[in-house]
Amino acid sequence: MAIKITRRVFLQVSGATAAGAVVSGLGFDLSPVEVYAQELRIKGAKETTTVCCFCSVGCGIIVHTDAKGKVINAEGDPDHPISEGALCAKGAASYQIAVNSNRLQKIRYRAPYSTAWKEVSWEWALDRIAANIKKSRDASFTGTNADGKVINRTKGIASVGSAALDNEECWLYQTFLRSLGLVYIEHQARI
Amino acid sequence: MTNHYIDFRNADVILNMGSNVAENHPVSFKWVQAAKDKGAIFIHVDPRFTRTSAKADIFVRLRSGTDIAFLGGMVKYILDNNLYDEFYVKNYTDASFIVSPRYSFDDGLFSGYNPSLRAYDPTFWALEKDEKGIAKRDMTLQDPRCVFQLLKKHYSRYSFEKVTEITGTPADDLERVYKVYASTGPPDKAGTVLYAMGWTQHTVGVQNIRAMTMIQVLLSNMGIAGGGINALRGESNVQGSTDQGLLFHIIPGYLPAPRAQWATLADYNKTTPASKDPRSINWWKNRPKYLASLLKSMFGENAKKENDFGYEWLPKLDSDQDASWLNLFDEMYKGTFSGFFAWGMNPACSSAHAGKAREAMGKLDWLVNVNVFDNETGSFWKGPGMDPKQIKTEVFQLPAAAFLEKEGSISNSGRWMQWRYKAVNPPGDAKSDGHIMYELFNAVRALYQKEGGAFPAPILSLKWDYETNGHFDIHRVAKEINGYFVEDILEHPVDKKAYKKGTLVPNFVYLLDDGRTSCGNWLYSASYTEAGNMAARRKKTDPTGLGLYPEWSWCWPLNRRIIYNRASVDLDGNPRDPKRPLLTWDSAGKRWVGDVPDNAVPPMGTEGAYPFIMKPDGVASLFGPGLKDGPFPEHYEPLECPIEKNLMSNQRINPVVKIFEGGPDKFLTCDPRYPFVCSTYRVTEHWQTGVLTRWLPWLIEAEPQMFCEMSLELAKLREIKNGDRVVVSSPRGKVEAVAIVTSRLKPFNIAGQTIHQIGIPWHFGWLHPKDGGESANLLTPTIGDPNTMIPESKAFMANVAKLTKQPAKKSAKS
Repeated sequence: MAIKITRRVFLQVSGATAAGAVVSGLGFDLSPVEVYAQELRIKGAKETTTVCCFCSVGCGIIVHTDAKGKVINAEGDPDHPISEGALCAKGAASYQIAVNSNRLQKIRYRAPYSTAWKEVSWEWALDRIAANIKKSRDASFTGTNADGKVINRTKGIASVGSAALDNEECWLYQTFLRSLGLVYIEHQARI
Repeated sequence: MTNHYIDFRNADVILNMGSNVAENHPVSFKWVQAAKDKGAIFIHVDPRFTRTSAKADIFVRLRSGTDIAFLGGMVKYILDNNLYDEFYVKNYTDASFIVSPRYSFDDGLFSGYNPSLRAYDPTFWALEKDEKGIAKRDMTLQDPRCVFQLLKKHYSRYSFEKVTEITGTPADDLERVYKVYASTGPPDKAGTVLYAMGWTQHTVGVQNIRAMTMIQVLLSNMGIAGGGINALRGESNVQGSTDQGLLFHIIPGYLPAPRAQWATLADYNKTTPASKDPRSINWWKNRPKYLASLLKSMFGENAKKENDFGYEWLPKLDSDQDASWLNLFDEMYKGTFSGFFAWGMNPACSSAHAGKAREAMGKLDWLVNVNVFDNETGSFWKGPGMDPKQIKTEVFQLPAAAFLEKEGSISNSGRWMQWRYKAVNPPGDAKSDGHIMYELFNAVRALYQKEGGAFPAPILSLKWDYETNGHFDIHRVAKEINGYFVEDILEHPVDKKAYKKGTLVPNFVYLLDDGRTSCGNWLYSASYTEAGNMAARRKKTDPTGLGLYPEWSWCWPLNRRIIYNRASVDLDGNPRDPKRPLLTWDSAGKRWVGDVPDNAVPPMGTEGAYPFIMKPDGVASLFGPGLKDGPFPEHYEPLECPIEKNLMSNQRINPVVKIFEGGPDKFLTCDPRYPFVCSTYRVTEHWQTGVLTRWLPWLIEAEPQMFCEMSLELAKLREIKNGDRVVVSSPRGKVEAVAIVTSRLKPFNIAGQTIHQIGIPWHFGWLHPKDGGESANLLTPTIGDPNTMIPESKAFMANVAKLTKQPAKKSAKS
């Protein structure tokens, strides 16, 4: 007799198995099946270690990618001394950041007074942003303040971001902004 | 954090206050549990019962915004009952220092207050120095003007009765917490504190944390295993982004941002902290080396001694300018900026008074939004109440790689810098943030090369060579941050050894102020050396047995896992807590054994130095003359509060907060239209504005929409049932939510008056999911702590009412 096991039922039952019951509610031991199923999912996959992008605990994550370079799994890194393989709901869902049809994949541009986005190329966007930066900077650059002190400052541009960047990117970003003369440089740490 | 996550397990008592560790930093809770398993007592103090409270041995409620009253009462309890660590207080703190006779405190105001400026003159609070310029001390702690006696006097007013009246915490509950926490005073007991935005997001945020830090030094809990003052930060790299200087007031490594009054490098260096006390290491004396090396990193060969290493090219703030977040959006609202970057941020939902921020963005000529998903900032022009046809702002939305699609490091709250590898390519046209900024700067530079323009020197002189074989290379940036010898050094002043030009410096001790070294951030020097990428290390040795894991990743500074760790030893260098020896002086080998010592000088009993090396006087400051709102934390009510009068003094609110007046900034206190105290907070399943998590199906299924938690008593008062649609409003705006009626919240009795508190998460926004609700920050006020300008999102006044039109209930079948 074939027992129809839905994924939800399977998980409930296997959860009970993991909790210590050797013989499952189905009347037979599922643990070898469970182990085999886990192996299948990541069999032959490449492992990459990373660290979770959400809170500041810094839990270790192992990302599994298949031969085509697609993410097929992400789970807690058991070797990581802080998290010891554990992840919270967010970290455990980080797989869905990589595999997600809602990701921004195109450069989008919204012209003044327009009601819609349009897709543009990197080259066009970066050239146009650079021209905007130059226009704002040249128009607002101030060499000395009201007291006659040198300030060499761009008054017309501000920036916020980001604690979501890597250290190296943060350093590069502040270097970029300060070379332009910005002083309104802020990010998540302030709020 | 002074300590780190695993170290929670070393504590005898853990106080979680101003955060909800089990729900918001869930995996770290295993180390709280590990401490509990060994017999530690876990205390949670919060306005709301949470899953953290459920796991606490002691849970105590307090009204939001009254932490200083609560902690001030603890200071009094410790002093009244002689529960402080006398050796530590005398030797490692400023308790014995003598304060100027100009210092005084009367009815909520310290001396030196100028009401028209809403500011203090801190010279009134100076420490007295002897003829050699060294702080005067009374080691008996009896002088009426010594810090210890002033401390005693200040907190004598924080009686159980007074604290209960203000906080709404019954006196029995206060005493239970005080007694257990003060039990960590002996040197062989360790108490730690875990806090988060529940302490920072107040108009007394810095003083909340200072109050607890004072308790930690009174009880000798700083610089030890199982102790410290530990911020549970909210983002994976908010520690690192702060370290790297992405804030208006600091450049990398916590160097002050240049200001107009410091026209030259020499002017800047004149402000270098100095100490006349030969026993004070005063590490900040090395600041000129760090700035010269930073300028060499930024401007490379163009940074020369003759041109002050390009110091002139750095932008300068006006002498007293505050360009922080709330001021930034205030200026944007006034139309000051034509251009704006929202890079990896969603201020349309994360900014306090988000409605003002959204309106402000419509006054820009252009906005660049770089993110992984669409968000309310990039799409602000088509948000609620916006007419795109009336909005001039040109918007660019650039697709960024997610964390697992690029390589680089992040720093957790415990200062561990951990390397992340790239697992997969980013989707479509998305690129890493580093790659985008690298190319964008090249485009800007090309324009200036071609056309010239205003003050092109810093743009044309910037060192921008972070590529290998034509591709952006993050390792080159990581090495730049560590620093190089940029000239051959025949005999280095530190170790008399020779170093070759182009090799990586071993650590910041080798940095020089003469242009022969470069270093992007001195704190991260030693992270990427000739021995390799230290952040990528994965070796799990634990020689101390304290969970320091010195060969797993790397931590700043110098891989020192617990800061100020020499405060854990006695004058001879022996551990004061033999059960948890963090450092021990090996007198035969003349070296420290254990953690990386802070700093490697011999014990104080010999020719050594004070342990708090980043403080000019070398000791922990019970008295804090450097803050804008006074040298001792004092209770003030939040800007918007439910009671007419501060029960502690006639100063209702912090007397030095900046009030934003006019325009969209409205504040109402004790107004019957907004009778309830409101806090914003987080849930486990979402993160920040939900900019990532609202797009992840598993998470949005678990927490699909905006809600408002309220007590059974308040629900009865407002005739609201669990699950009803309600509207939560403040003087700034309103949001719809689903009512969660729960006994987790209870009304407070504040000086005989019933005060209700409500709570709302801040993870939602109009863009996605469609029926998820709006941002809680539409309600929060534009008001900040006077020292940090962090907004007061944890205590403001609001109303909650049932929506007259309830949506049709879905049938159970569907």
